[in-house]
Amino acid sequence: MRIGVITFPGSLDDVDAARAVRLAGAEPVSLWHGDHDLKDVDAVVLPGGFSYGDYLRAGAIAARSPLMADVVAAAHGGLPVLGICNGFQVLCEAGLLPGALTRNSHLHFRNRDQGLLVERADTAWTTSFEQGQRIVVPVKNGEGRYVAADADLDRLEGEGRVVVRYVDGNPNGSSRDIAGVTSADGRVVGLMPHPEHAVEALTGPSTDGLGFFTSVLTAMVAA
Amino acid sequence: MSQVVVDVVLKPEISDPQGQAVLGALGRLGHTGVRSVRQGKHFVLEVDGEPDEAELRQIAETLLANPVIEDVELHLPARTTD
Repeated sequence: MRIGVITFPGSLDDVDAARAVRLAGAEPVSLWHGDHDLKDVDAVVLPGGFSYGDYLRAGAIAARSPLMADVVAAAHGGLPVLGICNGFQVLCEAGLLPGALTRNSHLHFRNRDQGLLVERADTAWTTSFEQGQRIVVPVKNGEGRYVAADADLDRLEGEGRVVVRYVDGNPNGSSRDIAGVTSADGRVVGLMPHPEHAVEALTGPSTDGLGFFTSVLTAMVAA
Repeated sequence: MSQVVVDVVLKPEISDPQGQAVLGALGRLGHTGVRSVRQGKHFVLEVDGEPDEAELRQIAETLLANPVIEDVELHLPARTTD
C-alpha cells in the first residue's frame, strides 16, 4: 500500500504524516505540489502547515497548485484523500469538501489535546474506530473555525457528513462543534485536529490518531 | 491598461472576530460612536487593454473571494488610460 503525502511550500507536518503512514504499515510516498504526478499511490494525505503563508486565505493558493488538479480528478474517481488542518483548508478551497475554515472566534492560536467524538466510522479514513467512540488528538490552529451557511450545515448534518465533532470544549468556535467532514462518497475526509501527532505514546497524548491511517489500508483491501 | 478594484468582505452572517477586535480598540480610544466594524480585503488589478468583465468576475469569484463565506464587489474603471 502506497500512501502519498503532498508537500506544499510552507507544509510543516508532512514528515509526521509520512511517519504515521509508516507506523500504520503502509509505504509513504513524497509528492510535490508543483508536479503533475501522483506516482500511482493508493491514497493521498494533505498535511498540516501554512502553505503559501496562508496568503489570500488559508489553503487558497495551494488548492490551485498543479498537483491539486490531479488530486481533484482522482478523488472524483474514488481515490481516498485525507486533509489534516491546512490540508482540510486546501480540500475546502479546492471544492472537494463543503464549507470553509476561517479565523478562530477568539482570535487566538489554540494548541492543546482535544477530545473528539467519532460520528462516522464508515468512511475510508475512520473504519478503525467505533461509531460514537471518543478519542483524543492534538489540535493546533489559528484559522480552524468551520463555517457554512445554516442551510448547508443542516444538509450536511442530514446527510451524516460530519465525521468528527469536538467534545469537552470547542477550540475555535466552529459551527455546531464540527471538527471534520467527509465527501458524499465517504472517500475524502478533512479535519482540523492532527491525528498524525497521536500515533506513539512517547510523543502524543494517545495513539488514537493511528486509526485514521490504518483505516485506509482496510478500505483499500476491501475495494 | 486599466485598473480594476475588487473588494471582498465576509458575508453578513459570518462572524468577523477581527472586525470585532478593531471595534474593541476603537472603544478604548474613546470612539464610542462606531457601532460595528467589518474587515475585508481590497485588491487592485492592472489589466491589459479594456477589462473583460466576465473574466474579471470569474477571477474575483473563484480566487480572490471564497463564495462560501465572502461577498465580492467588482469596480470597473469609468475610463481607461493608455
